[in-house]
Amino acid sequence: MSHKATIPIGPYHPLQEEPEFYKLVVEGEKVVDVDVRIGYNHRGIEKISESKSFDQSIFIVERICGICSSSHPIACVQAIEDIGDIVVPERALHIRSIIQELERLHSHMLWVGLAGHFLGYNTVFMWGWKYRELICDIMETVTGNRQNYAMHKVGGVRRDIEKEHVPYILTRLDEFLHHLDMIKGSVLDDPVLHVRLKGVGVLTMEDAIGYSALGPTARASGVNIDVRRDHPYAAYDRVKWNVITQKEGDVFAKAVVRILEMYESVSIIRQCLDKMPAGPIDSNPKDIPPGEGIGNAEAPRGEVFHYVRSDGTNSPVRHKVRAPTYMNFPTFRQTVVGETVSDATIILAAIDPCYCCTERMLIVDSEDKEILSAQDLIRLSQEKTLKLKEKMRVK
Amino acid sequence: MTYMAKALEYAFLYLIFPGFLFSSAMGLLIGWIDRKVTARIQWRVGPPWYQNFIDVLKLLLYKETLVPEGVSKTFFLGMPAVAMASATLVSTIILVINAIPQKGFIGDLIVLVYLLAMPSIALMLGAFASQNPLASLGASREMKLMLSYELPFILSLVVPIMKSGYSIRLGDILIKQANNGSLIGSPSGAISFFVMLLCIQAKLGFVPFDISEAETEIMAGAYIEYSGKALGIFKLAKAIMTFAVPIFLITLYFGGIKFSPVGFIKTILQFILILVLMIVIKNTNPRVRIDQALKFFWGPVALLAVLSVALAYLGY
Repeated sequence: MSHKATIPIGPYHPLQEEPEFYKLVVEGEKVVDVDVRIGYNHRGIEKISESKSFDQSIFIVERICGICSSSHPIACVQAIEDIGDIVVPERALHIRSIIQELERLHSHMLWVGLAGHFLGYNTVFMWGWKYRELICDIMETVTGNRQNYAMHKVGGVRRDIEKEHVPYILTRLDEFLHHLDMIKGSVLDDPVLHVRLKGVGVLTMEDAIGYSALGPTARASGVNIDVRRDHPYAAYDRVKWNVITQKEGDVFAKAVVRILEMYESVSIIRQCLDKMPAGPIDSNPKDIPPGEGIGNAEAPRGEVFHYVRSDGTNSPVRHKVRAPTYMNFPTFRQTVVGETVSDATIILAAIDPCYCCTERMLIVDSEDKEILSAQDLIRLSQEKTLKLKEKMRVK
Repeated sequence: MTYMAKALEYAFLYLIFPGFLFSSAMGLLIGWIDRKVTARIQWRVGPPWYQNFIDVLKLLLYKETLVPEGVSKTFFLGMPAVAMASATLVSTIILVINAIPQKGFIGDLIVLVYLLAMPSIALMLGAFASQNPLASLGASREMKLMLSYELPFILSLVVPIMKSGYSIRLGDILIKQANNGSLIGSPSGAISFFVMLLCIQAKLGFVPFDISEAETEIMAGAYIEYSGKALGIFKLAKAIMTFAVPIFLITLYFGGIKFSPVGFIKTILQFILILVLMIVIKNTNPRVRIDQALKFFWGPVALLAVLSVALAYLGY
């Protein structure tokens, strides 16, 4: 005799800052089934992008996500550069790598803090986020913004890294590294954390490959993939670094991968600053010819993929975005089922889900029947536009 | 007339000093110390000293009290009152006996053990009554947590009883310590105190044992359906417990509250020591899982408690 109950996590829940719905079917504390509903925050980024010019569409994709505000633009500009075979100056490539790695540093640090918070370890939460400020300071110095850096453009980057900023960046990185050592020690050597995280939410290598998991989620399961090495972009093939993998596939392995990746990022930034050649930062391309191009980049959460098709006009006719979290969501069925509710939250958080990167829409009622299809939604939206137009007396 | 005076005296003791009014004020103040120290550990500024007072007053005076549909009102709204009443009684009994050790009665220690368990039981029943799946998950966790910490809690309580010549009167334990020195000085007393510290961490629902209200897992769990006055009363009961339980420990292991000027400062320092130990444990640990808590309390902690009892039996 089993008694099943439904535990909702979301759409509004202290676990997450953004709306997402995980339906956990539980027997007592044990999770027997999980259902993930995404698409509570549909913004139609792809459609908007198709109505903008190429330069503006980079501005739009930068706003897909506040955390990956370098990965999306970098993938997008690479897709556009792919269409026109545009050559990017060497200095700009190095700057792109630096910005991308700074983003990874702050994103991974943010995750360490959040993971602590989800475990009720608020000290790690506060400390992690305090150390992340150092990286945000560097970002502000180099790009002018803590988030949404607006650094990447087709053909190069918008701003140069000034010579007098380099010592500042290096001292801040040293400071960060010092704190990172401490966080590494306190997280990786804490016996209570070991008990809490080891062997929890295991994603086997076969499942990681089968579900096409990406980024640290896959690397923690022993899948040796990294876009930065496999399809080198920016300046990643000019510097020496390692792809971090772990075999275990549990939450602890995912934490280890992220923490060790931060060391690699610091090393990449240092090498790039060292090797950065002088020269222009922008090749100022004028026209985008007809054609199609793809661009991919290793975002902190995995591979982000952009496809852009151009018909020779000023704006893309098709712009497709695939964010890494979209590929990592389905792994929950393997990792969460069979664990307890206490562990479910940290397992859900372990892939570092980025909800705003993952936009689709579906409205369902309590019986899980689709009550509005995509066509209905388009019809509804058109009707509303008509009504508004009548109201405002415009044609 | 004497009955009247007696009733008035008890009412004063229970409701004003050292009962409800004093204890809740102290509890809220201690809650502020907890928040402030936690904030400083986490490099935040922390709230002003009156923050907890206005929080509770807001709940009691201004916020709407919602009762879920189809829920037994008596149970749902009665349980906060039960929690409150027992917490206040604990605080009153401990403080009165500390002032006048002769005032106790035979078996008051046993009564206290039961009364200390009452707020948790009341929370559990209230949560089950609210018919929310998250609340019932929280309540079942609270129940398992109680089962786990009560064993070492009662085992370590045996040490003060044995040391005071098998007396279950709190007054006798105090008098014995006044004559023979505090219990914390002896090996068995020290171990027993350490076990007790871990147990009260769980009793007060502090991290790593805030399993029943885990915010990021089950959204305050047992408290989820409570709002307004009912929630405010639960919060007050918890505040009184955070004040009374360390005093209980001081009574058992440090020879109780001293009323000489130097002794009183010592008592305050002892109180702060216990509080800071609790806050440090709270801030340097992640939340554990309920099965891990059970293994922890029934395994190493219970063994430590047995060890302390054995040492006490051998006279150490």
